[in-house]
Amino acid sequence: MRAAEIAALLDEPACVHNDKGKSGCARPKPGATAGGCCFDGAMITLFPIGDVAHIVHGAISCAGSSWDGRGSRSSGPELHRLGLTTDLSEQDIILGRGEKRLIHGIGQVVRRYRPQAVFVYQTCIPALTGDDLEAICRTAAHHFNLPVIPVDAAGFYGTKNLGNRIAGETMVRHVIGTAEPEPARDDRPGITVHEVNLIGEFNIAGEFWNVLPLLDELGIRVLCTLAGDARFREVQTMHRARVNMLVCSKALINVARNMEQRWGIPWFEGSFYGIRDTSHALREFARLIGDPDLLRRTDALIRREEAAIQSRLAPMIERLRGKRVLLYTGGVKSWSVISALQDLEMVVVATGTRKSTEADKARIRQLMGDQAILLDEGKPELLLEIARTRKADLIMAGGRNMYTALKARLPFLDINQEREFAYAGYAGMDELARQLLITLESPIWQAVRRPAPWDTMENPPWPT
Amino acid sequence: MADMIKRSKALSVRPLKASQTLGAILAFQGIAGAIPMLHGSQGCSAFAKVFFVRHFNEPIPLQTTAMDQISTVMGGVENIHQGLGHLAGGGRVRVIGLVTTGLTETQGCDLHRLVDGFREQHPEWARVRVVAVNAPDFSGCLETGHGRAVHAMIRELTPALTVTRGPHSEKRPPILNILAGAHLTPGDLEALKEMTAAFGLEAILLPDLSTALDGHLDPGGHSPVTTGGLDPAALAQLGHAEATLVLGHAMEGAADLLASRTGVVDFRVSEVMGLNATDRLLMILAEISGRPVPEKYRRQRLRLLDAMLDCHFHLSGQNAALAGDPDGLLSWGALLEEVGVGTPAVVSSIGTKSLAQSRFQAIKIGDLEDFEDLLVDAKPHWLIGNSHVANMANRRNLSVVRSGYPLFDWIGGQSLCRIGYEGARQTLFEMTNLRLHAHHSFQKPYHSRYAMVGEKTA
Repeated sequence: MRAAEIAALLDEPACVHNDKGKSGCARPKPGATAGGCCFDGAMITLFPIGDVAHIVHGAISCAGSSWDGRGSRSSGPELHRLGLTTDLSEQDIILGRGEKRLIHGIGQVVRRYRPQAVFVYQTCIPALTGDDLEAICRTAAHHFNLPVIPVDAAGFYGTKNLGNRIAGETMVRHVIGTAEPEPARDDRPGITVHEVNLIGEFNIAGEFWNVLPLLDELGIRVLCTLAGDARFREVQTMHRARVNMLVCSKALINVARNMEQRWGIPWFEGSFYGIRDTSHALREFARLIGDPDLLRRTDALIRREEAAIQSRLAPMIERLRGKRVLLYTGGVKSWSVISALQDLEMVVVATGTRKSTEADKARIRQLMGDQAILLDEGKPELLLEIARTRKADLIMAGGRNMYTALKARLPFLDINQEREFAYAGYAGMDELARQLLITLESPIWQAVRRPAPWDTMENPPWPT
Repeated sequence: MADMIKRSKALSVRPLKASQTLGAILAFQGIAGAIPMLHGSQGCSAFAKVFFVRHFNEPIPLQTTAMDQISTVMGGVENIHQGLGHLAGGGRVRVIGLVTTGLTETQGCDLHRLVDGFREQHPEWARVRVVAVNAPDFSGCLETGHGRAVHAMIRELTPALTVTRGPHSEKRPPILNILAGAHLTPGDLEALKEMTAAFGLEAILLPDLSTALDGHLDPGGHSPVTTGGLDPAALAQLGHAEATLVLGHAMEGAADLLASRTGVVDFRVSEVMGLNATDRLLMILAEISGRPVPEKYRRQRLRLLDAMLDCHFHLSGQNAALAGDPDGLLSWGALLEEVGVGTPAVVSSIGTKSLAQSRFQAIKIGDLEDFEDLLVDAKPHWLIGNSHVANMANRRNLSVVRSGYPLFDWIGGQSLCRIGYEGARQTLFEMTNLRLHAHHSFQKPYHSRYAMVGEKTA
């Protein structure tokens, strides 16, 4: 990928972070960097498309340590769990055999696994040696007579976030708008079907299946979720939606903006975490679609669901009320999870804003008040310090911070992509409350904080 | 001699191989006060970190030089200096393992010159040791990367030394260096230390995962560097040892270097599992220490023999399918052969001379798609391998014995101990119990044409 193209992607006009500086996003610092690379970002964005063969073109590290490692669930084909890679050897690199291996590899996977399309992911080594990914994909598409899409997001191009953008850009440029959806069939009287997309919903632990039945009930037809439980053909038809919902704000904002420009599709940012946010997202669909009957039915559904979940949650809220949470997560989750925790009448003592936009931060202040502690960095020492001074009962963060909390003998809940539990939608609130109670009320905390009988400690560094 | 079947297809599908880079990271986890830093783009370390965190359920100290487009083309001098400076300035780091990746090796980075440059410009960080390791992922596997890192540690931290050994003093027990390959778990290493202690020897394990990633709750709370493992100062003392025990072929390069630097005699052990392997290991320890085999191990041997009797009905004549790195495979092969379990399907991540000379009939160098294809004819009763192999076993309704990296569907994988008489015995029990509880095809009842009682008629 050319430097100018990368600069253009970093200069995202719809991103509020963009202060028109030269770089757009900050450069990672050697020796003090966490988080994935550009390839990582592109891969997690597109891998959930289950009927596509995802080939990682590079040496073993990129696919070898990560394959089949994400919690994104598919209801059907699982080609994304195959872990396909050219596994380049030293000889391949020295003798320039990588391109040849790739084109034969595409043939190998097409013959054995019959995918609907092939995505080829560029990685550092072939990007450095100059393998012409676009040309190979063009040749292969012609030869094997199916779409072969280059995803040019080698690790050293930049951060995970840039990789998300490149993945989105690739879909806009090569896939969206290349096929028409089948007409919708719905014989329920009085229901007019409206088409929508969800962008940035990854169906972690199958959580979107908590929401999809509600949309079905309302006659809102999801053409595609990019990319949780998606199929290639669904991505092709995304341009026919009436409304786009952007679920993970920063990552794929360029897709929503591009689709608005090219096909005039309005979009809104929303989340399915928490009662208020789920209801708000459903209302936004109805409002932007502009069907008064849909709006009426949506309100009725929301009333029904909210009443049901409130009565299910009531006994759990009794036990959760007033418990203090230190939240450290990025992007949209920084505010959407706050609202979910507040729905459970818990207190959020601080939240992370490393990947949040200014708009995200404004929302946070609205939810938490001006006294809100916003954490721009999540160094373990800092998280623990704040947990101590603000008397947090629990740290809620991504898996990377799990041991920061556990090793400090603090309860922890995983909120990121690798988790095993489905928290989205009204039904997800049950699960969230249940998981919070499991860890908060576990008898182990007393045991792990108590010194051994032969040992006494004057000022232990953990809460007593 | 085994028949080595080379890679014949363009793509790896369901990869078995974990990279050399990962092996090097693992080795530094067994050194106290250490942190490895990968010289590559930030994804290299992010993926690696998740890989080991999921395996050990422990925090894994790891950093990156965060190479970007410009430094990839113009050279990563700045990145290395900045990264080393940042880590050294943190105050708690004693050893930085600077490990290359495929990216920077392809770029042609002269790692050692860059480290020298940092040393010259920053004398203030002289007390922080930097161990540079070339571990590109386009060759080798986890085991070889681990061996390369240990080689580099000896190169940097063990001075050339020839000691003339007199009769050792009564005050301090004689020292035994152990170069421990990546096929040994923290649980294995713990058992090994116990074994050497029983012979009155003090073991120096390089690296020592048994006090680092054994899964313990540190009283000190959070740490940005490794909290357990071998004290790096002990590397300077390797020349004072009575002998060196070398476990695994991947450690041979490191062993050669150590022997040439210190002149300490070494004993090289290819296999660590099973009766014969343990017999050999104990006799080596007896020879080094000049002591007889302790009563405890004589008893354990009798128990293992009894277990072999009890289990052989369910093991002998059956087949297992193996997937892993070479040293791990060789050890498994030794155990399985002596109880009569066949190995018709063996897949290795890489080919080595040691595998070619092994007892296996054939070894496919390949991935888990190859492995799955081999199962069709091999009809094994057990699959032996990592968690990806376990997923395959679940899918195909086969029994699985977990071994190798990564184990992400198994809590406590770091404590699995399969070496020594007791480790072998527990492994035989595990395999037998899986066999006992597996789905059997029972004899179909036959109904006699003369049967008069209702339920006996067809």
